[in-house]
Amino acid sequence: MKAKSLIYYALISSMFLFSLVSIWKILVTLQGVELKNFNFVIIITLGIAISLLNLIVGEKLNYLIKSTLFAFIFTFVDGYLVQIMPIWYNIGIFAILILFSLKTNKYSQKFLASEHSSQIVVFDFLTLFGIVLFSFVILFPFYMMLITSFKTQAALLINPLDFSINFKQDFKELFKSYFVIFDTYKFGRYILISTFVSVGTVIVTLLFAIPAAYAVARLNFFGKNFLSTSILIIYMFPAIVLVIPLYTVFSQLGLRNSVGGLLIVYTATTLPVAIYMLQGYFRSIPKELEEAAIMDKLNWFGIIIKIILPLSIPAISSVALYVFMIAWNEFLFSLMFLDNPNSFTLSRAIQYLSGDAETPRQYLMAGSVVVTIPVLLIFVYFEKYLVSGLTAGSVKG
Amino acid sequence: MSDTLSKIEKKTAYILILPAVFLVFSIILFPIFANVWISFKEVGLKDIRIPEPRAKKIVKSIKDNPDQLKVIYKLRNSSLILEIRDVKFQDKLPKNIKPINLDERCRVKSNKIYCDFGNWEAKYKENFQILLKSSDGKQINKKELKTIKPKLTGKSDNILLNTNFTFKNFKKVFFQNEFFDLLSTTFYYTFFGTIGSIVFGILTAQLVNQKFFGRTFMRSVLLFPYVGPVVALAYTWELLLDPYSGTLNNLLMNFQVIQEPLNLLGQKYLKINFFGFDLKLRLALTTVIIFEIWRYFPLAFLFILARLQAVPKELYEAAEVDGAGPLQKFISITLPQITAVISILFMIRFIWNFNKFEDIFLLTGGASGTRTLPINVYEQGFTISDIGMGSAVSIVIVALLLLFMFVYFKLIGKRVDES
Repeated sequence: MKAKSLIYYALISSMFLFSLVSIWKILVTLQGVELKNFNFVIIITLGIAISLLNLIVGEKLNYLIKSTLFAFIFTFVDGYLVQIMPIWYNIGIFAILILFSLKTNKYSQKFLASEHSSQIVVFDFLTLFGIVLFSFVILFPFYMMLITSFKTQAALLINPLDFSINFKQDFKELFKSYFVIFDTYKFGRYILISTFVSVGTVIVTLLFAIPAAYAVARLNFFGKNFLSTSILIIYMFPAIVLVIPLYTVFSQLGLRNSVGGLLIVYTATTLPVAIYMLQGYFRSIPKELEEAAIMDKLNWFGIIIKIILPLSIPAISSVALYVFMIAWNEFLFSLMFLDNPNSFTLSRAIQYLSGDAETPRQYLMAGSVVVTIPVLLIFVYFEKYLVSGLTAGSVKG
Repeated sequence: MSDTLSKIEKKTAYILILPAVFLVFSIILFPIFANVWISFKEVGLKDIRIPEPRAKKIVKSIKDNPDQLKVIYKLRNSSLILEIRDVKFQDKLPKNIKPINLDERCRVKSNKIYCDFGNWEAKYKENFQILLKSSDGKQINKKELKTIKPKLTGKSDNILLNTNFTFKNFKKVFFQNEFFDLLSTTFYYTFFGTIGSIVFGILTAQLVNQKFFGRTFMRSVLLFPYVGPVVALAYTWELLLDPYSGTLNNLLMNFQVIQEPLNLLGQKYLKINFFGFDLKLRLALTTVIIFEIWRYFPLAFLFILARLQAVPKELYEAAEVDGAGPLQKFISITLPQITAVISILFMIRFIWNFNKFEDIFLLTGGASGTRTLPINVYEQGFTISDIGMGSAVSIVIVALLLLFMFVYFKLIGKRVDES
């Protein structure tokens, strides 16, 4: 056993334990429990002690018994010598310690003597640390959004750290913010508008993109290469440089405040990437199928409908989902074009709501939950398709 | 024979692409050119409304004379700046009603009044009266009269279409707009945002490329910030970072990390004492950059993960046989495999971060030292209401963008040649 490996192992494992315990403590604090100290020194010392004990005990004890034993020791010391806390806090600590001991169990004295053992230990724990940290940092804002929508302004002002939800109150009270945004702020209407615009954009984009992509993929015509390069270049131009001319022209044509105007703009901005993605896929379809179709005297319309479409369902779904996501989340154009609350999209409605300083934050968060949940559900359910869409379309974002 | 076939093919191709090309041209390319035009004009937000002749109709009864009515049209030119030429007026009368003592500019023809009002200068106003008399002695129906709306037409100059050009906007952009401050903020934001998202993309991709329980779940979660709507996420962060009631500040104070709340989005500089040196950190800008990294590292993650999964396992196995540790494997196998992806990512993300508008707009609105070029387009055009200036800033963005793209395609082309 090398001294260097031993030190690395003891320090990094106890640091990992400390970060796990600290995140748990933050979550506990957010339930309104008063907890003011991470107890860095004590936790690190306990962590080092347990890591070393693990090495000393080795395989003399069954690993389950060993882990449970360590977890008990740690929970006891932490709970009764450091701070008196509710029992569920201690249960959490116990669970963390079981997890930690099971992880450290794989390191033995023999392992620490092997080559690169210190590096492997560091990499292993950094991986674990990364998983915990990234999950926390990414999920926490979403968690906060959801919880805040169930709280009241008064409760949040009294203790901004109390994120506990009282499930004993009746349903109407708990979902009050949602009732308010749907009744007072007409969010039902905005959901309909957003859905209409997004689904409309998907349909119109596909109607325009499928024939164009087919032409670019299969037919020979003058300016084809120029067209396929310029698709990508056009795609690189950001919305912000289009905003002023579009605003002026749309104002003069009376297209502002119309959902149709928004739909046209969304379609145009997503068309280049849709064409780009689809033509790539169309190229991969064997040409022989179409040649057979030409023998059968099908025209291009027939070829697209009867041969290309059925074979490209995966690519078309990717494009459709990607375009839907872009249109649903879009903000800049809806801010520019819509000033009449009757034609707001969800994003614009939330921004409008936040413009009034008096609006309680739980309404804002309830609105945010309403606009976020559909995209996240669609994303989780159709992840495979969306990820390929994202990768292809990720030149933008 | 084949000649006609290829002709048909060409014709078909043009029919198929035409709708898409037309739409993209009118909504994307046309505005970019229109920007050039507008940027050389002095146009305010209010100038872009086309002047309209307007009339408000008021119907009044006349005392002691029940079969007569007075109709007052409040006429005006809606524009404060532009003249309307050749204003024509038209209003319908209910049956059996005749005007008396009609204004000499007007005439009646089959129950309709036609008037030629000539030219109206800007801000023109007139109260135009018509006396009406029932021709069959019945009382006039006031309601019916009111519901009929007069029609007015006129010709006017469109300030956008005339050919008065000026360099004023560009002079202002470069000399009165704290241009270099804007540019440096934009580059600072773009550069650190790009680097940060790529670094975190590498870390997370490396993480998810290993086997562990809940790996697929982790992969979905890592993409959440990118998939979620920017409005919702920005407002959540704003609440999270609020100096008084925000969770983050309260947590930090609770655990005694800081003594005073930090106004993370509203404070321009934070003084830090670093080993005796007083440093000034651009606090709000840093926060905005962190949000940007949080939101866009998933893209880098996705790209790099896809690349990592394509790296042959044998490479790592061979390295292990040669006695390489994890660090060495990362440096001599993983990194060289992903450099190509990283350089492409860097350039794409650089261009996109350079143009980012929504994120900063929603978090700070461009205050506290977070004003970037795209934010300035909005401010000039819609806060200060100077459309011409807004367009001029857009042109600067487009010019820089073309420069970046030129560099990008040069480098990409080189890479393709090499391989």
